This record gives sequence, C-alpha cells and structure tokens, in this order.
Amino acid sequence: MAIWLTKDSKVIVQGMTGSEGSKHTRRMLAAGTTVVGGVNPRKAGTSVDFDGTALPVFASVGEAMKETGADVSVIFVPPAFTKAAVLEAIDAEIPLAVVITEGVPVQDSAAFWAHNVAQGEKTRIVGPNCPGIASPGASNAGIIPADITPGGRIGLVSKSGTLTYQLMYELRDIGFSTCVGIGGDPIIGTTHIDALRAFQADPETDAIVMIGEIGGDAEERAAEFIKANVTKPVVGYIAGFTAPPGKTMGHAGAIISGSAGTADAKKSALEAAGVKVGKTPSETARLMRDVMS
Amino acid sequence: MDLFEYQGRDLFERHGLPVLGGGVAETPEEARAIAERLGGRVVVKAQVKVGGRGKAGGVKLADGADEAQARATDILGMDIKGHTVGKVMLAETADIAEEYYFSYLLDRANRTFLCIASVAGGMEIEQVAEEQPDRVAKVAVDANRGVDQALAREIVAGAGFPAEVADQVAEIAVKLWAAFAAEDATLVEVNPLAKVRDGRVLCLDAKVTLDENAGFRHADHEALVDQSAVDPLEQAAKAKNLNYVKLDGEVGIIGNGAGLVMSTLDVVAYAGADRGGVKPANFLDIGGGASAAVMANGLEVVLSDPSVKSVFVNVFGGITACDEVANGIIQALALLEQRGEQVTKPLVVRLDGNNAEAGRTILDEAKNPLVERVDTMDGAAERAAELAAAGK
Repeated sequence: MAIWLTKDSKVIVQGMTGSEGSKHTRRMLAAGTTVVGGVNPRKAGTSVDFDGTALPVFASVGEAMKETGADVSVIFVPPAFTKAAVLEAIDAEIPLAVVITEGVPVQDSAAFWAHNVAQGEKTRIVGPNCPGIASPGASNAGIIPADITPGGRIGLVSKSGTLTYQLMYELRDIGFSTCVGIGGDPIIGTTHIDALRAFQADPETDAIVMIGEIGGDAEERAAEFIKANVTKPVVGYIAGFTAPPGKTMGHAGAIISGSAGTADAKKSALEAAGVKVGKTPSETARLMRDVMS
Repeated sequence: MDLFEYQGRDLFERHGLPVLGGGVAETPEEARAIAERLGGRVVVKAQVKVGGRGKAGGVKLADGADEAQARATDILGMDIKGHTVGKVMLAETADIAEEYYFSYLLDRANRTFLCIASVAGGMEIEQVAEEQPDRVAKVAVDANRGVDQALAREIVAGAGFPAEVADQVAEIAVKLWAAFAAEDATLVEVNPLAKVRDGRVLCLDAKVTLDENAGFRHADHEALVDQSAVDPLEQAAKAKNLNYVKLDGEVGIIGNGAGLVMSTLDVVAYAGADRGGVKPANFLDIGGGASAAVMANGLEVVLSDPSVKSVFVNVFGGITACDEVANGIIQALALLEQRGEQVTKPLVVRLDGNNAEAGRTILDEAKNPLVERVDTMDGAAERAAELAAAGK
C-alpha cells in the first residue's frame, strides 16, 4: 500500500508545459504514474501530447481536481512563482503537493507553510528543493528515477536526492515500499518525523532507512520520535562529518551554525535512540541488509 | 550571506531604524575624513564577520580625527581569528545607560520565525538563555501576519522592557520586522539595543544575514558580497555557475547532488586518515545533469587548485545515464587539452546506477592513462586518497 502515494493516486503537474515539467511528466508517465493533466492559466483548454498520451491543461488546481479527481500535484514552477503555485494548491485542498523547485526564498516557504497551518493542514506539502516521492512499481511523483528498484518492504526518508538513489540502488534486490525525498531547505513541509510516523503505521513497510545531513536539528528530533514511537527497525546515515562550520554545502539548509547542526550530534542522537548509523552509504546498505535477512 | 556591521547599519538606517551616524573606511585617511565629518569622539570598529573583536583589540575609542586616523592605522590589517581586517567602521559614540538584546531569526524546527528579546543585553544571548532563561523572551512570528503593534507590545511585555522605553522598543520591533521581511533576511540581531543617557533607544550593532535564494528580487544585494573574502577558486567556480566550496585538503572532489558530495567528502576523509592524513580539497556539486561541458568546467576549477594531488569523480547515474557521464569525462579532458591546460593529476572515477556498465566500458576503451576506474564509492575514495598521499 505504501505511504501517501499509491497506484490509485491521480497526479497533476503545475508547470507541466515548462521544460523541466514536461521532461519529468514524460518520465512519470513512463513509470506507470497516473498523470491526469497539468495547470497553466495561460494555456488552459489546450492539451500536451506525451508519446501518444494527450494530457489536458487546466486553468487552476481547483479546476483540474474537479475535472479529473486529481489528489496529488507535482510543482515544477520557477522559484519566483513557487509561493503562488503552492498557495493555489493549498487553497484547492489537494491532499498532496510535491514541490520540486530548488532556490525558493525561505520567507516564501515560511509563508505557504503558515497558510497551510491556518487552513487546517489539509494539504501534505513535500519539499521544496526535493526529488519527490516514489512508491516503486506503483506511482512516481517527482524526479526520482523510477527504474532503480522494484517495489518491496523498506521505507526510506531522506534530505538528499542522490543519496536516496544510491541507497535504493544498493538495496534494489530487496525493494522499497515508498521513498520520500523531503528536501534540503531550512523550511520544508514534510519532515523526517512525518515519514517515520507514516512508515511505522504502514503494514507494507518492515524497516526504515533515514538519511540526514548537517544543519538544523531535524535529525535530533527524529531520534526522540523514534525512541518513543517507532518499533520497526531504523537504519540511519548522516552526511557532512567533514563539512566546515559556517559554509553552505550545496543545500540551502546544510550549514553548521556555531556548534549546532553537526553530523556528530545527529549521529549520537540517533544511536542513543537505538538506530544503527552507517559510516558510509554502502555500510548503511549493509546494515539494512542485515535487518532484512 | 552574512553582512558586515556597517552594511547592517546602513540597511537599518534605510529602513528608518534609529542608529548612530557612521561610515566605513579602507584607509587611515578615509577614516580621518569620516571622523572629521562625524565630529567629536568616535568609535573605530574592525569589520570582520566573527565575534570577539573587542577582546582582540579591534574596537577602539578615539577623540577627534587625529586619534581616529591613528586607531584606524592600528586596526586595519590586524588579524582577528584568522580574518584580516580590511575595513573599519567609524561611528558616533553614545553614553549608554542600559543595554538590551533584540533579534528576529528563522526557526527551522517550528517552520516559522522567532523574536528573541531580553533586557540583559551586551553579552552573548546564548549565555543569558542558559543562566537566566526567565530574562529571555521568545515569541513566534507568523510569516503572513508579521509584527504589528499588538505583537510588538507582547514582545515588550514578555521581555520586561522598562515602561519608559516601551513605546520606543515597540516601534523598533515593528520597523525591524519590516526591514527583515522587505530584505528577505533570515537573521537581524541588535546587540546591544541601548538606552542612552538622553532617553533615546538606539541600535548600536547590526548583525544581518540575507537569504541568497531571494537574490532574484533584490538586485542590490549582489553589491553586498565581500569580494576580498571570496576565495579565488570559489569566485572562478561561481562565474561558471558551479556549486563549489574550497576546503583545505588534497583530494579534489566532483560529484552530483549535494548529499552525495557531502558524503563523498566524509568517505575520502576516512580513507585519508589512514594515508598520511589527506583530506578533501573541495566540495563541488555538478548537479543532476552532469553534461560534458559542466564536467569540463568542474574539472578545470578543481585541477587549477595547486593543493589538489588527485581527483575523485563520484557520480550516481539517476536521471543521467552513466554512459553520458563517461563520455562527458573523456570529452572534458580533451576539451581541457584544447584549452591548453596540462592535465597531469590522476582521476579516480566511480560510476554507478543507470547504465553503469556501458559507462565503465567507455572509460576502459578510452585508455586515458590518467583515468582510473573503481566501481565502489568506498574503494574509489581509498584509491583517490592513496594517489593524493603519493603525490604529496
């Protein structure tokens, strides 16, 4: 059954007519995702052909939902327009909005998150600056390569895209229920804790890989959550042990401020919660292999 | 991006916050001219983006222009915790009666903003929070509602500001939030916010961090970048649109995806610890695409670093297929030769993921003596560290 995204999910793409949006719409369709349309007010009423599948373009998220029954939106619009796109998705009360865009100003992310809270959190926001969600073999909302791994019983939550792919690849013989890329920005909609809670409740997930990196204290808080709430085995990995303080390492949120946000602190917190933490991605995969054998 | 104090002071002034008159100088003569303009007693402050400059002798009082010039001569060029002082700020002095603390910052954990205020100012707020937590008010700020008079009053009451400064502090709270929001800041900190003898409340220091992701709507922010502090390699990388951070080791790193590159640095450092202590020389994320042109630009920057003794190219083919990446590496090396670059440093390449076998075959068939293929990330890190240690 996976979490949040299943074979029954109906996906629309905000920004489908743009270059990234159309490239990844094609890939999502090829992965078997039920993509039902796109949103672009300037091109409403037209349709876009994807290798023989004509997808209609709607004027708004609300209209697309009404016409198609869509329950997931994947957002590919440029940073300057991301806030408006997410607000529109929230106001339409779409259950899941996946924000792929990198480079969104943090005040914009804070603003759409505050709006979502004020509206009663009817929309689960994933991202921004994330690769999206994939439930291998069922559906793919975002840019995670669909063919790395078949479906299986490991759940994965990660701040990093390529480390997600690496772990999916190393454990492809076992397979994954759902992989969630939550993104590397300082403010994100869905956290490690949200994913851990969902995986713990998912009867089709047996064990969880959690990937974190320097910056903030999300991993420390996730460790506390695991200690109190997660009975399934969790294997962890943290990137950035050798990152110097005060430097942003690629992701806007990956920065050690003073003595806070270090990889060591995160690793210690996870280990104190009973999580086995791999020293390298490959060792992490081996630890998970032991759990699943 | 962290601003210098003088840039923060200017920003505060533009947004109508009460600051003392001041100016910035790069030479003692400029300092003298500013002191003459300000008149009377001035304070000469080293402009470095690091705390503890007062203790290091980087903040001095001066009576008149002669003394200001002399103090500027002392401070300019001084080393404060590894930062060379290239600029001094001169400011009017104030007769301080009381010192407070006030800041707005990003609260990652609660996905919102936070105001921290205290009547115990002038020292490190972390220390106050630890020793006298009841004297520190923390008030959440909703990103969409911001700070209005009502919330400002709540902050003032929560922190226990004295009645005689309450109106002024509330007004500063509203204006400072307006500045924070308008400039896309992630931190504005005033320490101290001070009451002076004549009763006015003034912002006597300004620590500001701006969100680089918001640069597209602030054309003026680019000019605030301190070019003198930017590493020349980082500058060259930025000109080529590369996400590069200079580090102090010997193994050049190129990878795709921020998380994977951070992880690569760690794995190289572990491998290097057993091999004479070699370390990663840089962070370089060439992104998901990893085309030949981007790879060539990346290699050019990494190879131009004289401390680099070997290069580790670590790519996981997700969306990009590894055969394209392999072709990219071979073409990039050819391209560099065409540009007249002598490539002599060994490259260790690890390709995994989408079409990995095809990519590896391309590398093997190219028979470039500088390129060595190792198929696991851990193994490749060890080999790159070994080569760097041998080249040291």
